[in-house]
Amino acid sequence: MMLNWLAGFLVLIIKLTVVLFFLLFVAAYLVWVERKFLARLQIRYGPNRAGKFGLLQPLADVVKMLTKEDTVPDGADKAFFLIAPAIVATTAFVMFAVVPFGSDLTLFGRKIPMVVTDLNIGLLFVFALSSLGVYGVALGGWASNSKYGLLGGIRGAAQMISYELSLGLSLIPIIMLAHSFSIVDIVDAQASYPFIVVQPVAFIIFMISAMAESKRIPFDLPEAENELVAGYHTEYSGMRFGLFFLGEYVNMMVFGGIVSVLFLGGWRGPFLPSFLWLFIKILLVALFMIWVRGTLPRLRYDQLMTIGWKVLIPVALLNILATAAVGVMIH
Amino acid sequence: MTFLGLLFYILAAVTVAATAVAITRRNMVHAVVYLIVSFFGTAMIFYFFGAPLLAALEVIIYAGAIMVLFLFVVMMVKVDSPGEDLLPARQWIPAAVFGLIYLVIAFLMIFETRGADAPLGLLIASPRDFALYVLQNHWFSIEVISLLLLLALIGALQLGKSQTKPGTGDET
Repeated sequence: MMLNWLAGFLVLIIKLTVVLFFLLFVAAYLVWVERKFLARLQIRYGPNRAGKFGLLQPLADVVKMLTKEDTVPDGADKAFFLIAPAIVATTAFVMFAVVPFGSDLTLFGRKIPMVVTDLNIGLLFVFALSSLGVYGVALGGWASNSKYGLLGGIRGAAQMISYELSLGLSLIPIIMLAHSFSIVDIVDAQASYPFIVVQPVAFIIFMISAMAESKRIPFDLPEAENELVAGYHTEYSGMRFGLFFLGEYVNMMVFGGIVSVLFLGGWRGPFLPSFLWLFIKILLVALFMIWVRGTLPRLRYDQLMTIGWKVLIPVALLNILATAAVGVMIH
Repeated sequence: MTFLGLLFYILAAVTVAATAVAITRRNMVHAVVYLIVSFFGTAMIFYFFGAPLLAALEVIIYAGAIMVLFLFVVMMVKVDSPGEDLLPARQWIPAAVFGLIYLVIAFLMIFETRGADAPLGLLIASPRDFALYVLQNHWFSIEVISLLLLLALIGALQLGKSQTKPGTGDET
């Protein structure tokens, strides 16, 4: 009994370590991939000084951020100012806990599920955390005691609560098809075909909303450089800015992971090992997001709100109705 | 006291303390943040009582959506913090009377409840069971509530519309 408990605990710790290390490492190199790919899209070279092909650039950036002075502006709300970047990074990391990253592994006669925790409300867990991530942005902007920070924080809060609705509504058809909130069950339900085949509309709505949630171009109004300096993280320096930055890239990977498990069949795929398939799918989603960033200009604020409230949400609601109608007809 | 019982009392204490701090802050943003902590504690207590779905919804709706709106409004509108007195003197007496009544009734209820000494166990109600129960037994209330929310939505839309009449040049 005690031994069993200890073994389970050990497995959990190992899984946590591997997933955390993987997320951090890939997030760091995603920055490199983004800079390289974006540079190529704009016919530039991108980072190419630190190491071969600039491969050591992420390491150099980490050293730079860690050694920079950590400033707190005068008149800032110190406690909130210090804690806000951590909220953004933590919520992004913890979200990955419910994403299954491979088929079950059997080791010494024990079946080890390849997921940190299989919650029966897995999908809602992701939403709960993504809705808490807003506070990092809003409070960080407010606590800076700077008008650019405040405006960025307000924009971030408005944008994220608007797109959370379409994000959630677009996934209801998936839950209806899989009959479960658990992400492990949803991946199992895609054994014969990935859900993107039957739910292309939900996929498109989810992708647009996910890009808006991670505040990337064309939805980067909370940090629009040409009007708000850097928005909610204007006043941040050193590793605290680094945490916002890290949070954004981990968010990209988490959304890539969620798109993969909900629409692209998760770790399922022929020939290659299962976790590699998930990694490839995450990378493809991330590359798509970078490609979009290199292609589209920033939206105007009213366009942003119009797309969210007058296009995505009604279409998502219609999609739910259509899925329900087809489901009733089939059964 | 069992381990789970201890955890419950810690969570309950944090929730009550956060709420108490929230209603005594003069800085509105601080008050909002403590209220979020309080909702978070409530969500964890729901999880303890075997209602993970309710816990998730508490975080998503209350801590994640409603409080963001509060924060949004507090950040947008510069709220003057109240002066030295949190409450004017003539409001103290009714507030104290009502508070005392609630306190007495709460204590009476706690002492009268039977089975309060039963040990706390970890339960799980799956979202499916919960949904089936609610939709089979309380479908009428759910329809009424959804209708009410729809009406509120339309009302809000109407309020927002009448602000900018066409031709006044406000909408650009």
